[in-house]
Amino acid sequence: MTADIVTARDRSAFAAARAVMRDQPLVPLFALLALLVVVLQVAQPGIVTASWASGTMRFAIPLAIIAACQTLTMLTGGIDLSVAVVASMTAYVMATLVSDVGWLGAALVALVPAAVVGLVNGIGVGVFRVHPLIMTISMSLVVSGAVNVYARANIAGGTRVPPEITWLGGQSLFGFLPTSLLLFVPLAALILFGLRRFGYGRLLYAVGDNEMAARLAGVRVSIVLVVLYVISGILAGTAGLLYAGVIGSATGRLVDPYLLPSVAAVVIGGTSIFGGRGGYAGTIVGALILTVLTTLLNVLGMPEATRQILFGLIILAVAAAYTRLTAGT
Amino acid sequence: MTEVTDAAAVEEPRPERMTWRDRLGRAMGGDAWTIGLAVVFLAAFLFTLVLRPAYGLEALAIASLPIAFAAAGQAIVVISGGIDLSIGSVIALTNVISAVLLMNAPELSVPIVLLVLLIGALIGLVNGILVVISRVPDIVVTLSMLFVWAGAALLVLPTPGGDSVEWLGELIDGGFVIDLVPRALIVLLATVGIVWIPLRRSRLGLSLYAIGSNELAAFRSGVNVARTKAISYAIAGLFAALGGLALTASTGVGQPIPGPYLLLSVAAIVLGGVSLAGGRGGLLGPIIGIFILGLIRADLLFLGVDSAYSTVIQGLIMVVVVMLGAYLTLRRKAI
Repeated sequence: MTADIVTARDRSAFAAARAVMRDQPLVPLFALLALLVVVLQVAQPGIVTASWASGTMRFAIPLAIIAACQTLTMLTGGIDLSVAVVASMTAYVMATLVSDVGWLGAALVALVPAAVVGLVNGIGVGVFRVHPLIMTISMSLVVSGAVNVYARANIAGGTRVPPEITWLGGQSLFGFLPTSLLLFVPLAALILFGLRRFGYGRLLYAVGDNEMAARLAGVRVSIVLVVLYVISGILAGTAGLLYAGVIGSATGRLVDPYLLPSVAAVVIGGTSIFGGRGGYAGTIVGALILTVLTTLLNVLGMPEATRQILFGLIILAVAAAYTRLTAGT
Repeated sequence: MTEVTDAAAVEEPRPERMTWRDRLGRAMGGDAWTIGLAVVFLAAFLFTLVLRPAYGLEALAIASLPIAFAAAGQAIVVISGGIDLSIGSVIALTNVISAVLLMNAPELSVPIVLLVLLIGALIGLVNGILVVISRVPDIVVTLSMLFVWAGAALLVLPTPGGDSVEWLGELIDGGFVIDLVPRALIVLLATVGIVWIPLRRSRLGLSLYAIGSNELAAFRSGVNVARTKAISYAIAGLFAALGGLALTASTGVGQPIPGPYLLLSVAAIVLGGVSLAGGRGGLLGPIIGIFILGLIRADLLFLGVDSAYSTVIQGLIMVVVVMLGAYLTLRRKAI
């Protein structure tokens, strides 16, 4: 009914907006981010400073890395719901080993079980063709149990986050650049560049867009998926290490609350959950948006309950706007 | 339902001779899986009786009641091709609403119970309508609504509290006629049966399977896909409300932080032979699946296994079962 009375001019404006969204999906995302920052500044004048930006980035970076796992798996039409427990496990294992093998050794050893979990996920999804949602949920049950078993065995050992990790996660260069950028910039560049230029990156899109076509074109889909979930496990572990550095301590459940935001960041960032469409740049902005949004809801002095409700509604609204505007022909 | 599965079977070229793998694979979609589950359940129960002769089904039935309702609700959504990640939050929300209302007006307990069931169905309907009109994937919609309903539960009751009424507790406590049959089990089977059996035989039930099996084919056959989808979420909401009420009845309080119902309901779906692709399975399988998971936990406890190990073992069992199930489906497709 409303469509009937829309004038031609309105319709062309809408079409133009839609074209912008389709061609430059990052533009509206940055606009949303800027809007949130402006609202934040209005809500509490003077809060937006260099150190505020630094703190926001420090919290957004581990989220962006965990969301990278989600981005890459969603590009193939999958999802990795084991990322949060894997990240917690890696952080905790690292913190228990530091006293024995030093910070670098502990970090590297702690990434091994993360990669193994990824390998099992990959074999389940790629070789046995289990639905990724179910495979990774089942594995997260195994992992969270295994962390408890390990914690029980290690009760006397104690945990310690080494100063090197704390430096990497929680310090600033020149007063405002978070040190975690030293890790994140090369990593993000690799993912962004790799998805566009590496053969493997193109294969992820190909498998997600049309698996049968990829298979008929000679792609070994099962190997692509196994490698993908191993990468996802290692990325999740890296995020866990970094988050332990941000917080300065590590428990067996440290990163668990990041699971749903990691999915939300990818969805806001415009990657299709059905695969084949999207990219990492949107996810990074999505992670920033979620972090600023959390700060904003905190600053507005809302109770936890209202914050959760608004958080859910805003994610849904952004996802719905995206789906409407980018819906193809 | 039978029409749909028969049509699917006709399309598949039939192999001349079936190996045991084909038979097993073919049976996965039918009743054989549920019967197999029932056998596993009986074996696990006998094993438990060997370990602990005094063990009765009552404790298991009461503890499993909310999760079994969650599994039933999740199964209906998955059968119609969706997924409801918000089911744990809806259980928490209906749990706190019922606990608060019952504390303030215990004399109105019967209308309150009916009201909570209605609220649950409406919450589910909101989920379903959002899935339909936003055109956003169901995972994303219900993920967002997970936060919304969890927040709403915290608004209703910031800290655990509230109260239950006596008859609700008595409804699920103790035996039915004889002590061997726990009342909680009767309540579970009766409520699920009252909702599900007429539904499955109706036009709507057939539509639920149809849109899960092939949405486009269902649409072209004249099924109102949007309405059927929304209704599937509403029924899931109704079951979540039953779960919330069961929680109020068994614990006597409202707990605003949801338990691990989402994970367990999905686990039960997998164990219960409901395909995540939709269109296949029933409600009995997932419910038996929940009871098996509960029995395994009890067995491991009686064997003196640390509870941390039992989570690992439960998870490993799930991994093996899903891999086996997927492998058999794969064999069936390859032929």
